[in-house]
Amino acid sequence: MLAVDDLSLDIRQGEVFGLLGHNGAGKTTTIRILNGILDPSAGSVRVMDLDPRRDGAELRRRTGVLTETPALDDRLTGRENLEIFAHLYRVPANGVDATVSDLLDKFQLSHRADQRVHTYSKGMKQRLALARTILNDPELLYLDEPTSGLDPVASHEVREMIREWGDQPHRTVFLCTHNLVEAQDLCDRVGVLERGRLRLLGTPEELTDHGDGGMEVDLLFDPDDVARAWAALKERVTVVSSSDDFGRSRDEGGGKMQAGGDDGNKARSRSRGRNRNGNGNGGRVTVRVDARADIPALVDLAASLGLPVFGVVPQVRTLRDVYLSLYIDEELEEDVRDDNDEGPDAE
Amino acid sequence: MLNRATWAIIRKDLIVVLRTKAVALPMLLVPVLLLLVLPVILSIAAGYASDPSVRAELDIDRLLASLPGTTAQSIKGMSGEQQFAYLALVYLMAPLFLLIPSVVAVVVAADSFAGEKERKTLEALLYTPLTDRHLFVAKVLSACMPAFVVGIGSFLVYSVVVNLAAWPIMERVFFPNYMWIVLVFWLAPSVAVLSLGGTVLVSAHVGTYQAAYQLGSLVVLPILFLIIGQVQGLLFFDTPVVFLIGLIFWILGVTLVLLGARSFRRTRIATKM
Repeated sequence: MLAVDDLSLDIRQGEVFGLLGHNGAGKTTTIRILNGILDPSAGSVRVMDLDPRRDGAELRRRTGVLTETPALDDRLTGRENLEIFAHLYRVPANGVDATVSDLLDKFQLSHRADQRVHTYSKGMKQRLALARTILNDPELLYLDEPTSGLDPVASHEVREMIREWGDQPHRTVFLCTHNLVEAQDLCDRVGVLERGRLRLLGTPEELTDHGDGGMEVDLLFDPDDVARAWAALKERVTVVSSSDDFGRSRDEGGGKMQAGGDDGNKARSRSRGRNRNGNGNGGRVTVRVDARADIPALVDLAASLGLPVFGVVPQVRTLRDVYLSLYIDEELEEDVRDDNDEGPDAE
Repeated sequence: MLNRATWAIIRKDLIVVLRTKAVALPMLLVPVLLLLVLPVILSIAAGYASDPSVRAELDIDRLLASLPGTTAQSIKGMSGEQQFAYLALVYLMAPLFLLIPSVVAVVVAADSFAGEKERKTLEALLYTPLTDRHLFVAKVLSACMPAFVVGIGSFLVYSVVVNLAAWPIMERVFFPNYMWIVLVFWLAPSVAVLSLGGTVLVSAHVGTYQAAYQLGSLVVLPILFLIIGQVQGLLFFDTPVVFLIGLIFWILGVTLVLLGARSFRRTRIATKM
């Protein structure tokens, strides 16, 4: 089975790089290849100038990997789990006790350090696993779904720990996740892996940019003013759409926001549609601006036209939108391919 | 070969074994049954060995007639009860004793190799700087060491139990003899290594501790043949025979362990995780 296909990636020292993709996209396989515990069938891999196939032991001495499951021995205590891995990572023998105690403190586990891990909560296990992963102060840290299955509080704690640890220029973090909020929150750059292929690569800002550097802004008016605002503003700025509290809406031409428009825009329409209908904020006119800095002037313009603005909601495109549009586009492409494949048979 | 990291794995595996009832229980029960309960029963039974009907029933005279020269010599001049006690406790128990290192090696190796895979703790070990060879050696030693230690410990306990239990009949310290020394320090370790090698090979192909334990336990079959052979008079444990069986088992065991080492590659293991 082909898990990762023609993947070409350069990770920069000091960055937090996020590899996004849903289950089975090839994220874990990528981590395994990068650490020399799986051999790629073709191509070459260099990590910190080392070949994982040839220099695996040396490479793994300088990296840390948080696996998707904590992979802790439940029958050992938290302290024993860390002590054993401290020896495996060659932490100086006379420094093992101090290193382990420091980490237990840092990860707020000291009070349970001498209890067996099977008595720990999921969040505690994940924190312990994270502590184990940085025992050797790795230059490159791989995190495979670090907050998967954790409750919001535990997820927040783990994210803060990752942020704090990665906040050093010599430390690089390679984060595999399908949690897009987490990726947007933590990552300097992200790549989107889809069926083993890298589909997108860039900073979250680059990926969420509309392409021309512009953005859309919802101006909230009294519902009675919406029609007048639409008419007045479209003469002066790019108006995309509008709606009042009664569900009546209109779109500017060009198909950009047509919910029932062409297939290519279906994903965007679906993702953007959230929170924008019947939001109880009165009438809305959506306007495109070149930059965030243009928003005050836009509000002033509306005011000068006698249109009081009750609220301004910049429509920020998130990684979630990008990811979903990619995923849905992929589904649509597949549907088209299936239709094409079925065509001749049907005839 | 044995660095700090290797010892850390051995230590971990031993702690885990001692804290796991499913693993520790067979390690305790088998020696207790074989080395405490059985000797006492045999010693009591020896008290009835002079009864002609019992001798006929157990075919003791045929067994005595089939003994090799040196063994026959060692029991010459003993009473019927003493002959029975000596034969049962020294010779018939010898192949049974081999079950102890075998069971311990299979149980610990199944837990250490397949069990670790099943609990998904192996992956974290694969990401450490430990080489495949060091990891394998650590795992092998962590299974061998308890088997050796339990074997020798059991022998010491058995020495005391058997001399005490049979004291009313033998009225002297009669155990161990040379054959048992060779058995404990040569044959028993070879049985442990053979059992370990079989379990390591099996563990590479199964995903659970139970499956590895059950299939690995098939290694006791040669021991059962030895037990049956001895009871049937086909094979009799004396020092040269014990040494020879040990040599065969060492060759087989080391071969199996080396085959296991060849298949123990993290790149192969990771493909099955």
